[in-house]
Amino acid sequence: MAIDIDTARKVAKLARIRVEEADLPKLAGQLSGILGFMEELNEVDVTGVEPMTSVTPMRLKRRADVVTDGNIQAEVLKNAPDAREGFFAVPKVVE
Amino acid sequence: MSANSWTIAAARDALRKGEISAVDLTMSCLTAIDAGDGLNAFVHKTPEIALEQARAADARIAAGDVPAMCGIPLGIKDLFCTRGVPSQAASNILKGFRPEYESTVTSKLFDAGAVMLGKLNMDEFAMGSSNETSCYGNAVNPWQRKGSNVQLTPGGSSGGSAAAVAADLCLAATGTDTGGSIRQPAAFTGIVGIKPTYGRVSRWGIVAFASSLDQAGPMTKSVRDAAIMLGAMAGHDPKDSTSADIPVPDFEAALTGDIRGKVIGIPKEYRMDGMPEEIEALWTRGVEMLRDAGAEVRDISLPHTKYALPAYYVIAPAEASSNLARYDGVRYGHRAKLAQGDGITEMYEKTRAEGFGPEVQRRVMVGTYVLSAGFYDAYYNRARKVRALIKRDFETVFADGVDAILTPATPSAAFGLGEMADADPVKMYLNDVFTVTVNLAGLPGVAVPVGLDAQGLPLGLQLIGRPWEEAALLNYAHVLESRAGFVAKAEKWW
Repeated sequence: MAIDIDTARKVAKLARIRVEEADLPKLAGQLSGILGFMEELNEVDVTGVEPMTSVTPMRLKRRADVVTDGNIQAEVLKNAPDAREGFFAVPKVVE
Repeated sequence: MSANSWTIAAARDALRKGEISAVDLTMSCLTAIDAGDGLNAFVHKTPEIALEQARAADARIAAGDVPAMCGIPLGIKDLFCTRGVPSQAASNILKGFRPEYESTVTSKLFDAGAVMLGKLNMDEFAMGSSNETSCYGNAVNPWQRKGSNVQLTPGGSSGGSAAAVAADLCLAATGTDTGGSIRQPAAFTGIVGIKPTYGRVSRWGIVAFASSLDQAGPMTKSVRDAAIMLGAMAGHDPKDSTSADIPVPDFEAALTGDIRGKVIGIPKEYRMDGMPEEIEALWTRGVEMLRDAGAEVRDISLPHTKYALPAYYVIAPAEASSNLARYDGVRYGHRAKLAQGDGITEMYEKTRAEGFGPEVQRRVMVGTYVLSAGFYDAYYNRARKVRALIKRDFETVFADGVDAILTPATPSAAFGLGEMADADPVKMYLNDVFTVTVNLAGLPGVAVPVGLDAQGLPLGLQLIGRPWEEAALLNYAHVLESRAGFVAKAEKWW
């Protein structure tokens, strides 16, 4: 299935990656090429096959629902591009 | 022969006998690393940490406490989080990130006394097959074609690990493998690389690409070294819910060289149209070596092989688009400079556009598309069904008595850096054609150097094993290695 420029713009938006208008045709072409390659999967008869959900058939371990760490605010914020007064700072979210 | 060119096994024995100190061994690697800048393999050097760890290793050795990896100098792929040391997955979006924690794999290696020389180049977020998507620039293969000085790719994504081990900048390195990222670079540089069974090695603290496919493993100069190092990396970790709580065998002890009566399968679907004759001939030689050693060689069929690549290139980007959503400019790494009036959405979009390179952006967008409403069933669910069939193919041949499967590791020898720059992205994906099936099925796979092509470049074969049977798999690899007698080294030009 070919990806048109509108679809490429929409995908970029959903992925939260800014793509300039001028770059959209090239992106649409590349995405079309990759998705075209995936079309081969339509040749496979998958009737009655369950989608694979776990690589190894095993039951996930459970642990007690208790706090195991905490009080590491400084470490958590250490790598933040903008941390203020013990919080991550971001631009205005609500108009 | 200077100590940096030793194997882990040789260094371990020399350290135990007191023939060399961990500090001297480490110094010889640090010297080789500084002389090896032309390979662009080490992208963050950590000589102070290395020497401190080496001194600690010497103290342990003096006290008689000598685990196998004690005092062994290693390179660590940039994908592993290492406390206080840049860990940026070769991406600008993680520029400046210094983790406050240590990955389980590096913790285990350090607990065993290993020494970290620095962080190694790779494709950005492990997405690539040539190390050309790295924010640090290309890593360079120490091997060159006979009579040529054209720079070749060491493969990818663990290209820096492969180059560093092949050029003797370290004794061994960590790698990770999502679709072939340990095995393809190992084959391109004439070294050994094993991707363990999914769940054998903890993924905790390794920057995630595609969580259902990622596994870490050792990249080494010999099969014995791979066995030793895998033993130190493997084991259950409560912090990774997919890590298996089963005992880790003594992999080295399994290297008996006795494979009499074992059944080796040769899958006809791996004989691809247009495969170079040299690869075909190498494969035939590998078959003969295993047969000579007493194995029974049997033709087998893995009928869904052809669909592994397209299934992989749906599943891996889908998981990546989800995993990479965390890079938003809020908690760590890069944040774009914002214009007047920009809100949080502009911050996300600009940050990710600046921080991610083109291949990562492409894969995140492909993943976003295949997971989006209306396409989820057509692409993602269908790919997961095909994945179930690919896994079933392997289960069927194993149930029929096949112990391991022999295939080529790569469809070609190392190619020139920049040679694929104008190619369609799909053409680069074909590098993984022999390796992705193993990740999709969660199996262990090992690349072993077996010969040189007409241009003097290394070629490798791949052995695929039953789940959790890395010990037996390494034994087959050991037989292949001994019979191939691959001892060639890259001629030093750097």
